[in-house]
Amino acid sequence: MSGVTRAALWLGLGFLYAPILVLVAYSFNASALVTVWGGFSTRWYAALFSDAPLIAAAWVSLRVAVLASLIATILGTLAALAMERHGRFRGRSLFTGLVYGPMVMPEVMIGLSLLLTFIGIGLDRGVATIVIAHATFCTGFVAVVVSARLRGLDRSLEEAAADLGAGPLRVLGTVTLPLLAPAIVAGALLAFTLSLDDLVIASFVSGPGATTLPMRLYSQVRLGVNPEINAASTLLVGLVSVAVLAASILTAKRGG
Amino acid sequence: MAALKPDRIVARLLRAPPFLWLGAFFLLPFLVTLKISLSEPATAIPPYLPILDWQGGLDGWSSFLEALNFTNYLTLARDDLYQAAVIGSLSYAGAATLLLALIGTPIAYALARAPERWQPLLVALVVVPFWTSFLIRIYAWIAILKQEGLLNLALLKLGVISQPLEILNTDAAVMIGLVYAYLPFMVLPLYAVMNRLDPSLREAAADLGASPTRVFWTVTLPLSLPGIAAGAGLCFIPMVGEFVIPDLLGGSETLMLGRVLWSEFFSNRDWPLAAAVAVVLLVIVIGPVMLFRDSLRAGGEGT
Repeated sequence: MSGVTRAALWLGLGFLYAPILVLVAYSFNASALVTVWGGFSTRWYAALFSDAPLIAAAWVSLRVAVLASLIATILGTLAALAMERHGRFRGRSLFTGLVYGPMVMPEVMIGLSLLLTFIGIGLDRGVATIVIAHATFCTGFVAVVVSARLRGLDRSLEEAAADLGAGPLRVLGTVTLPLLAPAIVAGALLAFTLSLDDLVIASFVSGPGATTLPMRLYSQVRLGVNPEINAASTLLVGLVSVAVLAASILTAKRGG
Repeated sequence: MAALKPDRIVARLLRAPPFLWLGAFFLLPFLVTLKISLSEPATAIPPYLPILDWQGGLDGWSSFLEALNFTNYLTLARDDLYQAAVIGSLSYAGAATLLLALIGTPIAYALARAPERWQPLLVALVVVPFWTSFLIRIYAWIAILKQEGLLNLALLKLGVISQPLEILNTDAAVMIGLVYAYLPFMVLPLYAVMNRLDPSLREAAADLGASPTRVFWTVTLPLSLPGIAAGAGLCFIPMVGEFVIPDLLGGSETLMLGRVLWSEFFSNRDWPLAAAVAVVLLVIVIGPVMLFRDSLRAGGEGT
């Protein structure tokens, strides 16, 4: 590597991490002011754990993310199997459009159109409507991840099972799905984080009593910089970094 | 059913759930939005007219259709605010995409040329911010950019400036936010393409006497254009509809469609107009989506 490319790499990583490091540093600042370093303190973390609305919002987010990623994983895996293994059918382009469309549709559009529909059919807004909305926009992401893996799978394994007399459902259950498991888990994790992170769609489709963590953070952030939010952010960033680094080390070891 | 082979039945069973779900919660909502964008606002629940009279049969339908109109679209076309929002969305997203390509290319190149055993870790380092909360990453910039923030503090201490700069709530802050939030979307597909390039092409050019700089410009970069296209698509399309970044980092004059739709809906409660803005937004992104369809899918698989 030459000096120039090395510099580009470090500058780029510095740019990506500087704001996050600032956030982490200030979450331990005893002073509430950004410009004043009041010494090391964990008081904002203590404040965080006694902030009942924030904790309630975190629980709502967690529940939504678990349910939405579960539904999206099932639907996305089915969609990927339908497109990659039984690809020739009438309405195929409509089908692929429906699966991948929500990925490129602007979030404000998904949120608004789902809200208008929920109101139109008289569905009460709350956790359930957020779950439906999140499952809808996450399905495509799961389908992309699972499809990629399906295309890379050696088809002769499935064909061998079929030749040996296994029916299509048996082939699916004993050969295809076990081989797909890593991709399905990866897709589920992606759906989970996307759901956990969504502010815009949830803001449209949620009702009274269903405030997610990003919605709560957003209303706080609009009021300005808040050390408690720094502490909450640090916890979230720490959690995600550990998970991603662990996953990348695991896949690197497997030679993936 | 007896005529169907088990394979066909399985295929249908696989298709049906996603088809039904996405038909009900993606296709139908889109049609509902389209319909409401052709309605008039009303002080009622729901706050728009006309409402389809399901029991009215054919007469119900025809009076419903007659009452639909394009008033909302005419309002959008005539109003300077909305024109500015369309132009704003396109120019912020366009300028940020250009900047991302300029900043992302050297970073992706450096990743692809890094020692093999370090690459998984370096790629993971680029991916981690992508997995962390979008809202938090944007929020972090407020503490840096605001008037009594870290950047001004540092510049004042260094004596570069004598008065704190006003960066937060300006276009500059929006551009910084867009580039920051979408950098992984540019770097990762670009890296994926650059990493797959056959090194013998570079070596051949070098053997023939080309300098490393020349090799980059005449061999590596032209072959990496599909990666840049995928990255540009992955960044430009969501940026056009962006809401959080202009809302938190931009000023009151930062007009982007996502933000206009949000305030039309939540502040003005004009649902039909908000629906019309949504349709306009969709029309704007549909061109790039079609253009980048293949590279988007390839890029999506890379991440």
